[in-house]
Amino acid sequence: MGEPIIRLVNVVKCYHENQVVKKLNLDIQQGEFLTLLGPSGCGKTTTLRMIAGFESVTEGQIYLEGNNVADLKPNQRDVNTVFQNYALFPHMTVEDNIAFGLVEKRVKKSEIKQRVAEMIKMVQLEGMEKRMPAQMSGGQKQRVAIARALINNPRVLLLDEPLGALDLKLRKQMQSELKHLQKRLGITFVFVTHDQEEALTMSDRIAVMNGGVLEQIGTPREIYNRPETKFVADFIGESNVLDAYVTEVSEGGIHVKMEFGDAVLKAGGFVEEEMVYLCVRPENLKMTKEAVPNFNIYGTVKEHIFIGSVCKTVVELASGLEVKMTSPQTDELYAVGTRVNIYWREDQGVILHTKEEQLYNLIENTVQIEGGMHEA
Amino acid sequence: MDTKKLQKSEKAGFAPLSMLYACLVYLFLYLPIAVVIAFSFNTSKTNIIFEGFTFEWYAKMFDNRQLMESFQNTLIVAGVSTVFSLVLGTLCAVGLYKFEFKLKSLVSNSLYIPIAIPEIVFGIAMLVFFSSVHISTGMFTLIVSHITFSMPFVAITVRSRVAGFDRSIEEAAKDLGANEFRTFMRVTLPMIMPGVISGGMLALTMSLDDVVISFFTAGPDSTTLPLKILGMVKKGVSPDVNALSTLMILGTAVIMVISQIAQNRLEQRQGGNNSES
Ligand SMILES: Nc1ncnc2c1ncn2[C@@H]1O[C@H](COP(=O)(O)OP(=O)(O)OP(=O)(O)O)[C@@H](O)[C@H]1O
Ligand SMILES: [Mg+2]
Repeated sequence: MGEPIIRLVNVVKCYHENQVVKKLNLDIQQGEFLTLLGPSGCGKTTTLRMIAGFESVTEGQIYLEGNNVADLKPNQRDVNTVFQNYALFPHMTVEDNIAFGLVEKRVKKSEIKQRVAEMIKMVQLEGMEKRMPAQMSGGQKQRVAIARALINNPRVLLLDEPLGALDLKLRKQMQSELKHLQKRLGITFVFVTHDQEEALTMSDRIAVMNGGVLEQIGTPREIYNRPETKFVADFIGESNVLDAYVTEVSEGGIHVKMEFGDAVLKAGGFVEEEMVYLCVRPENLKMTKEAVPNFNIYGTVKEHIFIGSVCKTVVELASGLEVKMTSPQTDELYAVGTRVNIYWREDQGVILHTKEEQLYNLIENTVQIEGGMHEA
Repeated sequence: MDTKKLQKSEKAGFAPLSMLYACLVYLFLYLPIAVVIAFSFNTSKTNIIFEGFTFEWYAKMFDNRQLMESFQNTLIVAGVSTVFSLVLGTLCAVGLYKFEFKLKSLVSNSLYIPIAIPEIVFGIAMLVFFSSVHISTGMFTLIVSHITFSMPFVAITVRSRVAGFDRSIEEAAKDLGANEFRTFMRVTLPMIMPGVISGGMLALTMSLDDVVISFFTAGPDSTTLPLKILGMVKKGVSPDVNALSTLMILGTAVIMVISQIAQNRLEQRQGGNNSES
């Protein structure tokens, strides 16, 4: 990896007293498809707008190709944006919309004409050159917006939920078109979405944000299989998150104890007597009636839910907690009410440090549960 | 089904009455105008009986040097004041939309004051002001006062257009390399153009037919057409006044039609962007 094309260093953004982006550090590599993923209001748009120059940075620096862009206006930055609501110029034809950036750069008329034609071909809008934006469908407008940005050969293209307004089918189609376009042109894409499936299928790397904080950055596989925080484990896909306590750290792995049983995982960096979270994906959980070495988490099968390609099983543990697991259709299922032992492959569970405050929550909850039990 | 029938029959029952009502309203509105137009072609000097058809009064009117001079004054005042109030009013509306500042609501609400206060007060205020700074009345004071009263109309019309504006469209222009000025010229202005046109038409017609304020701020050599007509009718309404009025009606109608067409064209092209987004 070379010099990052965009570098955010300790970027903070405040609206009045309200910190919406908190000490964000992010390196975006040349040519990659990076997605900012997070729940609504976590600061994705704000981050993108700071890179584009529409929003000032309260603290910290942003570098584009090594240059601090603090003093550059949006029109002086070598990045272009595709807006969520397209933001086409309603008084201009498709052609004029696409040509806008080149006209501003005072490119020769003949060259503009040729490049606009190329762009229109690339986004497959041939024959619509003379239409007004109001006469186009959502997907077509989206293509115009993309062409209008790409014609400037930007170093970076910023896309703020560009597919948000499209229906599911068109969305899927545009996803793959965008991805191919990005690969072919080799332009760096910074893509904002709150749709995790979109993020997982399209991105080279995903930056998961929550409440203005970067929770984790990594490839889709890393984010999915090795979440580093409880938030990421919960937010991406489905996950069973269990509170646990480390009893033994040994060659064979980390032994943990939960309210309702014991388990073992492979991981490093944990100490004995530490409170931790265990995260296991439903598809990695297994159940059996037999004993499994190192595992004894017992529960009863509560229900099976058929969801197409797989079957989802809910198992109620002794403590009343429910865990979800999925198994292929073809697997034989235990009848509802069967007492089963739950286990997983030692390297398929993820173990996470708890933060101090979360620890307190946990203790409080346990006390509450115990109190409740006494009453009952 | 039944209610539908009922409604239909009710409608049918009232149709002749409402037709009559509508006819009366329009008669009330346009009969006086029709009379003026008719009598402008009357051979008789009195506005009582139509005796015969003639263009005499039109010819006479065009020969009347004073009348033509005042007509010229009116055109100059209306033209210049419309241009200035358009520029100032549009900038005012856009500025009020774009910037947040202290006392903004005070500034924006004070736009209504020149519209709300009685014209005669406005005219006297203007006169007092000009004489207190020792500017004698004439073309200059006339134009300034016309700009003053028509600017708020432009600002308010344009502002209603700007209100539904999607900011990201301007951001897109900047993102594509346009600076503030280019963004305004290439994106903002064309998008608010329908508002600018109707504001301009308002300013133009207001200036063309203003009597009260012009009465106070015009000098002896800068009489406008409405002032001149006022002077003429003091001696009774003569047929050449009718002829002049007819021409003014025609002129106004032409301006209205042109501005309507221009606005419709623009709106159609943009396809109602303001209701979308
Ligand atoms: N101009 C503003 N003034 C004050 N607060 C703002 C402003 N713009 C955004 N915010 C706040 O900043 C936070 C982050 O907003 P942002 O638009 O970046 O969220 P987002 O991650 O893009 O969410 P979404 O997925 O809903 O688009 C929100 O809590 C929002 O209320
Ligand atoms: Mg957003």
